[in-house]
Amino acid sequence: MTNDLDFEGWTCPLPLRDTPTIVMGHGGGGAMSGELIEQLFLPAFGGAARAELGDSAVLTVPHGRLAFSTDSFVVKPMFFPGGSIGDLAVNGTVNDLAMSGATPLYLSTAFILAEGTPMSDIGRVATAIGKAAEVAGVQLVTGDTKVVDSGSGDGIYVNTAGIGVIADGVEIGPHRARAGDAVLVSGDIGVHGVAVMSCREGLEFGTTIESDSAPLHGLVAEMLATGIDVRVLRDPTRGGVSATLNEIARASGVGIELVERDLPIPPGVRDACGLLGLDPLQVANEGKLLAIVPADRAEEMLEAMRRHPNGARARRIGACVEDHPRMVVARTGLGGTRVIDLPIGEQLPRIC
Amino acid sequence: MKYLDEFSDPDLAARLVDEIHAVTTRPWAMMEVCGGQTHSIIRHGIDQLLPEGVEMIHGPGCPVCVTPLETIDKALAIAEQPGVIFCSFGDMLRVPGSSKDLFSIKSAGGDVRVVYSPLDALKLARDNPDRQVVFFGIGFETTAPANAMTVYQAKRQGITNFSLLVSHVLVPPAIAAIMESPRCRVQAFLAAGHVCSVMGTSEYPPLAERYGVPIVVTGFEPLDILEGIRRTLLQLESGRHELENAYPRAVTDQGNLAAMEMLRDVFEVTDRTWRGIGMIPGSGWKLSERYADFDAERRFSVTDIHTAESALCRSGEVLQGLIKPHECAAFGKECTPRKPLGATMVSSEGACAAYYTYRRLDLLTTTSS
Repeated sequence: MTNDLDFEGWTCPLPLRDTPTIVMGHGGGGAMSGELIEQLFLPAFGGAARAELGDSAVLTVPHGRLAFSTDSFVVKPMFFPGGSIGDLAVNGTVNDLAMSGATPLYLSTAFILAEGTPMSDIGRVATAIGKAAEVAGVQLVTGDTKVVDSGSGDGIYVNTAGIGVIADGVEIGPHRARAGDAVLVSGDIGVHGVAVMSCREGLEFGTTIESDSAPLHGLVAEMLATGIDVRVLRDPTRGGVSATLNEIARASGVGIELVERDLPIPPGVRDACGLLGLDPLQVANEGKLLAIVPADRAEEMLEAMRRHPNGARARRIGACVEDHPRMVVARTGLGGTRVIDLPIGEQLPRIC
Repeated sequence: MKYLDEFSDPDLAARLVDEIHAVTTRPWAMMEVCGGQTHSIIRHGIDQLLPEGVEMIHGPGCPVCVTPLETIDKALAIAEQPGVIFCSFGDMLRVPGSSKDLFSIKSAGGDVRVVYSPLDALKLARDNPDRQVVFFGIGFETTAPANAMTVYQAKRQGITNFSLLVSHVLVPPAIAAIMESPRCRVQAFLAAGHVCSVMGTSEYPPLAERYGVPIVVTGFEPLDILEGIRRTLLQLESGRHELENAYPRAVTDQGNLAAMEMLRDVFEVTDRTWRGIGMIPGSGWKLSERYADFDAERRFSVTDIHTAESALCRSGEVLQGLIKPHECAAFGKECTPRKPLGATMVSSEGACAAYYTYRRLDLLTTTSS
């Protein structure tokens, strides 16, 4: 070997490195994987990334109990009005942590990329992740990338896991609702689900509705600062308000009574659901929370929530009751009642 | 959206409810024909607002519910054939056939797709010339024009890899069959507004006359339904039996002439089996000979599939208004929306599913008290 030749950093000169799309080599753990991280992910993540690139991140955590959560994101389409799979991947896990009263600190990001996915799409998603992490004040501390054959996956799947810390004295859990408590929601419901549906293949319809994807731990901090006993916090994502309240009713052994007239359902959501035959209560939200608090402090709590931008349209929508334990019932606008059931699976548009 | 808010107004609804109470002097049983109306009645708790003794019988008007098991089995047999793209409206996917549903075909690798219009299926056929694309064309007179248009377009554009699995059903023969049933309790009908928006109203005065029943064409929003009920009660109380149109913003007497012309071209009347009810003569449409090449049953040789219905399931009696869903022994036990025995439990428009979803509370209260 002569000293004139520099082999450091040398790779096969086949023109793989400038591919406009993902190829299998990007998941092989070699130079191409490294380039993807260094030239695409890290710059896109920006200030939120902690680029130690070891096998694991070494973290310092403040005193307190840890909250730990993971979530995978496979939303289709990846880009929708008001956000992308990248925003959801950060806010989803941040919110899962926030719902136990934790301050989110660190996230991992793992990507499963389908061969053939345009680099530009990955760049857009990674940039969204970086921005969302920055807004949420969390660090992206470790990650992974795998590539699957075209046909085995679809575009970009993202998994994030997160760690947060819970301050002493905070005790929030789905089993803590009691008869007499008030049920609050932080704002308009059904917005995210309708935004995504409006651009799903074969169903495109015009709407001005944009996803409500947002981190909620700031709002939760305001709520905890009131000193009011927040019994239950949940973000009603998949399955919507309906699934979440059913889970709370079952975990706590209480009945929940909703007042349909008080539900904040924006006209665009109501119209889209009317057209498609869907129930707004079953449509996903990505930037809203449901809170259960003692009824005598509910107004005070609502005032605190409304002071935060993510809770500006907070409302009381119902109460926990002794009747019909483990069941959610709504008083309809006309004065009748109906059971709000746990959705079975996917919502299916009705034929007519 | 216009017509959603105005026609759900609680104050106007309360006034209509008051009027309904004021005009009612005795018990009456009326049937809403359409599954969409059943859904709306239960969803808004409208039947709870009616005078005691005024009973809503939920009719056989859910297209998903009345599609015979045999047709579902044919759909499944076609959908699992290699090279087929099987397209359907969403709520047909969960309807159980004899041994499985379209969801399970999909998870086993079948190409089953939810579309929102049959024309989307035709586009798939155009875009995939090497595949066979089949659309599951079910429903009443409401969905038929779009299906007819799709077959018409396929023929015009020479798209030969498209076909339709047809199981259309018609409302007027079903009304006649219900009235002819020896155990019939129905004293009046709320006719299905959207069926009439296509077909007009001319088929109904002879039925009202022959069977001595008021028939009121009714819409789907809460106020529409209350107004339909009010007008029906007025007729019943005064001993009249006429056709009335309480949905004039969508229904004209002559109907949609262009749609009817296309229906006459593409379809012809046939005897049709209704799930849970049985064969009703002249109650369906099949593709006319001119369009026989687009008949999926012939193309995929599934005409030999014959299936009997579940013995436990009493959906036929539910569909005829002879029993309420919870009066069936299997209701909520062997039969739930998650594991439906009969189609009335499958579709959210089905009477059993509507009861299960929205009415369990009353049923619990009734049982425990």
